[in-house]
Amino acid sequence: MGKTLSEKILGKKVNKDVVAGEIVEVEPDVAMSHDNTAAISKSFYKIGVDKVFDPQKHVIILDHCTPAANSKFAQNHKDIREFVTKQNIKNFYDIQHGVCHQVIHEKGHIYPGALVVGSDSHSTSYGAFGAFSCGIGRSEMAVIMARGKIWLKVPETIKIYVKGKFPKGISSKDLMLQIAREIRADGALYKAIEFCGPTIDNMSVASRFVLANMAVEIGAKAGYMIPNQATLDYLKKHTSRPYEIIESDPDATFEKTYTFDVSNLEPMVAKPHTVDNVSPISEVAGTKIDQVFFGSCTNGRIEDFQVVSDVVKGKKIHPGVRMLVFPASNTIYMEALKQGFIQNLMEAGAVIMNPGCGPCMGNHEGILADNEVCVATSNRNFKGRLGNKNSEVFLASPRTAAECAIAGKIVDWKK
Amino acid sequence: MKIKGRVWKYGDDVNTDVIFPGKYTYTLTDPKEMAKVALEDLDADFAEKVQKNDIIIGGKNFGCGSSREQAVSCLVYAGVGAIISKSYARIFFRNCINFGLPALNASDAVDGIENGEIIEIDTESGKISCKAGVYSFPPLPKEVVGIFDAGGLIPYTKKQLGIKT
Repeated sequence: MGKTLSEKILGKKVNKDVVAGEIVEVEPDVAMSHDNTAAISKSFYKIGVDKVFDPQKHVIILDHCTPAANSKFAQNHKDIREFVTKQNIKNFYDIQHGVCHQVIHEKGHIYPGALVVGSDSHSTSYGAFGAFSCGIGRSEMAVIMARGKIWLKVPETIKIYVKGKFPKGISSKDLMLQIAREIRADGALYKAIEFCGPTIDNMSVASRFVLANMAVEIGAKAGYMIPNQATLDYLKKHTSRPYEIIESDPDATFEKTYTFDVSNLEPMVAKPHTVDNVSPISEVAGTKIDQVFFGSCTNGRIEDFQVVSDVVKGKKIHPGVRMLVFPASNTIYMEALKQGFIQNLMEAGAVIMNPGCGPCMGNHEGILADNEVCVATSNRNFKGRLGNKNSEVFLASPRTAAECAIAGKIVDWKK
Repeated sequence: MKIKGRVWKYGDDVNTDVIFPGKYTYTLTDPKEMAKVALEDLDADFAEKVQKNDIIIGGKNFGCGSSREQAVSCLVYAGVGAIISKSYARIFFRNCINFGLPALNASDAVDGIENGEIIEIDTESGKISCKAGVYSFPPLPKEVVGIFDAGGLIPYTKKQLGIKT
């Protein structure tokens, strides 16, 4: 019987054949944490261990509230800086770098076949590079610091096969929202998702990333895809770590296969307050908006900037709308500057923010007032997500967000 | 262990942002303060009225969203004795085990139990007694039950490493 990627990667870690449903204790290759490292370090010391088990494994990136919005956040960052120095954790990226889910692979820490865990739910993202990667809790990260290990259940795998060519202006974000609409927010609970098919094979790294990033939004433990040529090129440029590409066997057991055809896909939006409350944009066209949040770990990459810049170039953001721009990393920010995208956005009236999570958890930089409506290119629209339970968030693609910023309302720009 | 308390019944997809809003994740660390904002964006009355050992009932996908452990710890600090749901988001479920909060899977019970009634859970026999009758729930996998029994992952790890408290 063939094996899935999950069974192979987790099996390799315990040197035996494992099947979906089994619980194994494994040593991850990479362990990512961010601003929550201060709390993690306190739990770590509570265990009673002095030295981090393997400092080389840990990658710590500050992004959730950078620069610090108040003295509590500042103290949190300070505690982390002291911790990484004391524990000799070299893979530490302070506030000038960007969002963890971008910086970690820009800096070469992610590679195909790796077992990665992160104390952040969107750690599914690294499956975009053929890794098995999942989110864990803070105490679990503290224990990895203490003894290097974690228990994981080998998940069943769902296959999502995607075919067809995207209509002009339609992107992987629209596809992901369509997937959420069909599979629902709990449709892949505890499962791994294997994204495959000709459309996935032809996508850019950034576009593929959107799918892996949001796999957790439909409940998945991991969301991965086999590296395509674009991904291999990216890896060549960014990582010096040796790797082996691990693929599911052709006769592996998949719990279910879903097929999507993007040929006639429309711009999609996730309406308040759940990611699976999705409809084609035409159904909500005309909704007045107050803010556009462009960027984030989901859609703040250079191809997204290209799209948004093309829409706003030579135009003005609607006077009733604030458009906030968060590049996913400093590297992307500099590239966007070089290519003139930042200039176009600023001339249109957008506010360029520093790379980081911005308002995505309601910490700072763009909190909404009561009854305000935001179109966001991020990955969550839960009630209160942008810091105010009396506001509304619509999730959309960068193209849709830019069109809405100019129109001052949700607009069916395809019409 | 027996847990007897009043039921607070909610629907599907109760997410971590409404249980413990993101804006508090780096600013609230005192258990008492955390308890005060538990379920703030879902049920404004909850934190004020919840009693020790009260039980939360959710539909499917309880705890979806963020990995934040405070979505579990704030409920524990508020006195919640257990959660019963049709299914859980996986990180939330792990956090429950790691924090020693019983998170039971019992779809029939979720449908049969009414908001506000007093129910009793017996974790040893795997039974829930309520107005509508007695419902069963499956035990935790044997590989992880030790974590729960030790009172959570941190005390469990201490024990494993032979570190005395």
